[in-house]
Amino acid sequence: MAALINVPAKARRGEIIEIRTLTSHIMETGFRHTADGALVPRDIITNFTCRYNGAEIFRADLFPAIAANPYLSFFTVAKESGKFEFEWIGDNGYSSSASASITVE
Amino acid sequence: MSFWRAISAAALLATTPALLAGEIPPDARRSGYSFMAPDTRAMQDDDTSNPGMLFVLDGEALWTKKTGSADKACADCHGDARGSMKGVAARYPAFDKALARPVTLDQRINLCRSNHQQAPALPYESRDLLALSAFVAHQSRGTAITAGDDPQLKPFVEQGRDLFMQREGQLNLACTNCHDDNFNKRLAGAPITQGQPTGYPLYRLEWQTLGSLERRLRSCMTGVRAQAYDYGAPELVALELYLMSRAHGLPMETPAVRP
Amino acid sequence: MPTTRRQFLNLAGSVSVAGTIPIVTLRPLEATPAMLSAAIRNVVGEAPVRTGKVKLDIPPLVENGNTVPMTVSVASPMTADDHVKSIHVFNEKNPQPNIGNFYLSPSSGRAQVSTRIRLADTQKVVAIARLSDDTFWQVATEIVVTLAACTEEMN
Repeated sequence: MAALINVPAKARRGEIIEIRTLTSHIMETGFRHTADGALVPRDIITNFTCRYNGAEIFRADLFPAIAANPYLSFFTVAKESGKFEFEWIGDNGYSSSASASITVE
Repeated sequence: MSFWRAISAAALLATTPALLAGEIPPDARRSGYSFMAPDTRAMQDDDTSNPGMLFVLDGEALWTKKTGSADKACADCHGDARGSMKGVAARYPAFDKALARPVTLDQRINLCRSNHQQAPALPYESRDLLALSAFVAHQSRGTAITAGDDPQLKPFVEQGRDLFMQREGQLNLACTNCHDDNFNKRLAGAPITQGQPTGYPLYRLEWQTLGSLERRLRSCMTGVRAQAYDYGAPELVALELYLMSRAHGLPMETPAVRP
Repeated sequence: MPTTRRQFLNLAGSVSVAGTIPIVTLRPLEATPAMLSAAIRNVVGEAPVRTGKVKLDIPPLVENGNTVPMTVSVASPMTADDHVKSIHVFNEKNPQPNIGNFYLSPSSGRAQVSTRIRLADTQKVVAIARLSDDTFWQVATEIVVTLAACTEEMN
């Protein structure tokens, strides 16, 4: 599944940077019914984690009230060059990941 | 809910008794973008916050993926889409000589699949078809729309125009009653736009997914309590062609974001 | 035969009545104030929740309740001694009161999170921040959600 990650390619040491992520997921609420009355089972992303050179810097628990194709924006202090890793975990064993690198000067 | 919608629709009719069909002058044509709130515009403007771009990315992957018994990818014939597909979507629906009628971009993709890739057609509104058509149309972002300029399309543009002007459904409304005569007003809190199809396939917040112009037209038809034409029906293609010719000169925005 | 306004309204009225039948269900269709306070208690326990420090930005004109941009920010220096540990967002009238929990640390630099949420109706949204001293701060905002004029075939 596609994911869009926006991390600045370069930052000054100590600079506060914004990280934006967008990933494909239907986020089926589990509260909707089909035309013949059957409940559509819940199928959502439940957890999101961002790690910066291995250390967790941001985590979120998501609920059915998060819109389809979840968008998350958050901040971190640029400490050192390296890699951001993103992980989405959800219902029915769903798991996806992405990464982005940064150069800190 | 339906009841209150009905009241507001009835009120709209009551306050505008003389509904004369009149086309919008070219210099007054406006994209649906101009009717949106700043937050929704911002969502479209930034590619990393525009959820339609997720589909463009999927389409880019499909473009180079071999498929069908011919084991060919789109790229095997068309090469780099950034060059070969630039401006193409701005000319669609386009006249197909073999079929002697206009075909939509979705139909062109499926014709390519059956004729050149020997692959089964992708269903209308399926993720793969939307992704491919979003990827192709995205290559025309910024290109002025010229669909309908081909003289062979004239009778089909006329057919689409007639359908646009024709009252239908239990509300007995034609497209023109809202989108020519009453744009800029509001219907149940939502702005009425000119219905310019500049950004399809587009991401609708209502749908929470990407959808085609045909899906949008069908939901308008449901809105006026009319029987919607089937996907791919000649009437829908003619309407799409007329709408694109009506948006002549407006830049393509695919993938647009709309409420 | 042309449909008169009276006939149409009658028809629409009957459609509306028919449309309400599926609402008779065992599952509560909206979170109750009790569910909202239970969800909040689940996070804060017995601790008092003070008003202030937290800012909730949701556009004044929500164009569609299915995808509503939302930003929560907290006035905090985000130092090791004084920072936001977590932000919790709740709603009043969706089928379930939780929207999201967001966990921060001093390395966040700025206590601000944005996402896109679903709001089933005009309702109150509550954002609560837990600070490093384990105090809780909140803001509550009433959000007006207009219904789309034309929707597709009913589910």
